[in-house]
Amino acid sequence: MSKNDIKVALIGNPNTGKTSLFNQLTGLSQKVGNYPGVTVDKKEGTSKLSATQNAIITDLPGTYSINPTSIDESIVLKTLLKKNIKESPDVILVLADVENLKRNLLLFSQIKDLEIPTVLAINMVDQMHRKGISIDLSLLKKELNTEVILISARKNEGIKEVKEAIIRCHVAAKASPLCGVNHKIDPDYFNTLKEISPNYSLYELWLMVTQNNFPGTVTKVEKEKLLAFKQDVSKLKKYQHKETIYRYQEINKILKKTYIVDKTKATDLRGKLDKIFTHRIFGYVIFSFILLIIFQSIFDLASVPMDFIDATFAQLSDFAKSNLPNGVLTDLLTEGIISGVGGVIIFIPQIAILFLFIAILEETGYMSRVVFLMDKIMRRFGMNGKSVIPLISGTACAIPAIMATRTIASWKERLITILVTPFTTCSARLPVYAILIALIIPDKKILGFLNLQGLVLLSLYALGFASAIIAAYILHKTLKVESKSFFVVEMPNYKLPSIKNVFFDVVEKTKAFVFGAGKIILALSIVLWFLASNGGAAYENAETVILENVDNQNLNEREVQQKIASLKLENSFIGILGKSIEPVIRPLGYDWKIGIALITSFAAREVFVGTLATIYSVEADDEDTSTIKQKMASEINPDTGKKRFNFPVGMSLMVFYAFAMQCMATFAIVKRETKTWKWPLIQLFGMALLAYVASFLTYQILS
Amino acid sequence: MLSKIKYLSTIATLHIGEIGYISEESLDFIPLKLLEMGCLPGAEVVLIQLAPLKDPLYICVNGSHLAIRKETAAKIRILKANS
Repeated sequence: MSKNDIKVALIGNPNTGKTSLFNQLTGLSQKVGNYPGVTVDKKEGTSKLSATQNAIITDLPGTYSINPTSIDESIVLKTLLKKNIKESPDVILVLADVENLKRNLLLFSQIKDLEIPTVLAINMVDQMHRKGISIDLSLLKKELNTEVILISARKNEGIKEVKEAIIRCHVAAKASPLCGVNHKIDPDYFNTLKEISPNYSLYELWLMVTQNNFPGTVTKVEKEKLLAFKQDVSKLKKYQHKETIYRYQEINKILKKTYIVDKTKATDLRGKLDKIFTHRIFGYVIFSFILLIIFQSIFDLASVPMDFIDATFAQLSDFAKSNLPNGVLTDLLTEGIISGVGGVIIFIPQIAILFLFIAILEETGYMSRVVFLMDKIMRRFGMNGKSVIPLISGTACAIPAIMATRTIASWKERLITILVTPFTTCSARLPVYAILIALIIPDKKILGFLNLQGLVLLSLYALGFASAIIAAYILHKTLKVESKSFFVVEMPNYKLPSIKNVFFDVVEKTKAFVFGAGKIILALSIVLWFLASNGGAAYENAETVILENVDNQNLNEREVQQKIASLKLENSFIGILGKSIEPVIRPLGYDWKIGIALITSFAAREVFVGTLATIYSVEADDEDTSTIKQKMASEINPDTGKKRFNFPVGMSLMVFYAFAMQCMATFAIVKRETKTWKWPLIQLFGMALLAYVASFLTYQILS
Repeated sequence: MLSKIKYLSTIATLHIGEIGYISEESLDFIPLKLLEMGCLPGAEVVLIQLAPLKDPLYICVNGSHLAIRKETAAKIRILKANS
């Protein structure tokens, strides 16, 4: 970014096509960062305005007003109140939707009163004719005292004009308020407010008071005076109401002269679709059907690329092993890094497919209908209609799912959603379930057509959802968290999804998983590799001990190597850890070897399978499930002389993985989103305790 | 229009398809956020759809299509046309 670049903040109501405009303006140059101190993603991109002028466009979260009700929205206020410092925007681009122009202009009027140069772009003008809308553009420009551009972001119309207007607006660099709203409500009150500081517009001072948000540039004396205004809360509230009504009155006056709707020309497609999609019976039937299609696709479509990734990484590891000199670094690369990276990449197909569906459902406007349908049901469990999206996303990965809770305005409802989302069966649990089911559940059909193994897997999914719901209910009844519960959801018009928007959305969320969870999974893989390949004296001597005893046994070279590997693992740091927790996990039916797998799978649950493969000394280049499965099947419990992975142990393990959090990445993201250690720790230990008790009961009852 | 208006009620009592007008005295009971979304005194409200147990409500007010919960709807007083 160069010094001459114009800093543009893109602001608008939700569902105005802001994402489309941002994508048109910036294309592939966009990147997601973080706002300092908060967890909301900051989307930025460069736009070439003219041959000589670039702009840095920041896409601010969609909001109906500057007065925030959720964390997402508070960013808008924070960005706009920072004036005359490095990050503050030079020009604000407000996007409005032609059909809801009146409501969109409320936000515009607030921004205009901040006295920052502003361009207004009115979107979806390609539909004006169909909706019977006509606008007197030149009069509107004059009345609003600003640049107004008619655009169609999806059809890429009017984008050039927007760019030109940004340059003109930046050069002119003068801005005047639109309403000058506050004086008329109570002149004395607002004159006193205005006198506090000449450095801010009256509206800025008013926002500082009502939103309790003071930029760093405010002096101590000024702040004290401003705080004095906060004392009469009922007056503040009353004046905010009056201000909003006054703004609408002014907007109505302007629109009366410039904006005409011929209602006879409007078609009512939306009404017809809503009759079906929000119907009290058909609505739920359709939603269930859509869920069924989504889950079916995740399994069917993702299996091919996942197998391919699995095979590729195994080959890569082999290739590195056979072409690099033997040594610690090669081991680190092949056993630590490559398998760690592979363990992250393998989930991309499932996650991308799920987010593809969610992006399409959101783009079409259908998701708001789901929120409407599910709100009452979710509320009984202390959640919100909007909690449905995280709970569905959780079946791919809890990381992006927990990030998706940010739109929930009520803190209590959001917190409960965050705490229970890890119960849903994420894709990392699948490999664990798959191998255990294959081991302990016979592959046969019941009632002639139902596959027993598939049925068990399905019940594990049901168990995940059920425990999320029950945990939510318990939290709802026990949590004492102060929070204002307020719920309003806009039901946007139905529209066809834009391929570009869907694509960018899927890429962005998948990246969030790869770089969020991926970093932690990779780091832990390396740590675990280190713990498994180092140990005390017994570890170092393992080879000698085996070789000394090897002469009087008839073992071939391969079996000797396996014996060495097993003994080494037993005496490695991780082996020592596994043995030390053995007394605790014995009542669940596990031995120290399973204990090691429990510890290593803290990186990610699916590491369980790989660890057992290593423990049972399956050769590293032979990571075929059937081989691991055979090894596990032939593992004998020395105490009983029978199979280690019998029915009770397998069930106990599956129950353990269904409940235990077993995911450092989730822990980290919950810490980040709740900004405390308290909630992730409660979640971690709560789920671990539940997992322990449930597995204990499962094992004891079944055996 | 005004001559038809008969009695005071709240948004929560509307039937699907029925129209009401938000009364002036509701102002203090309307959350600021709803006000900002167009739920203003004097505005026309139509009930479009009800979820099971009549909660939430899907309304169209002042051109905005919104879903609100019953507890909020019950606070917003309206004038109903005599049917």
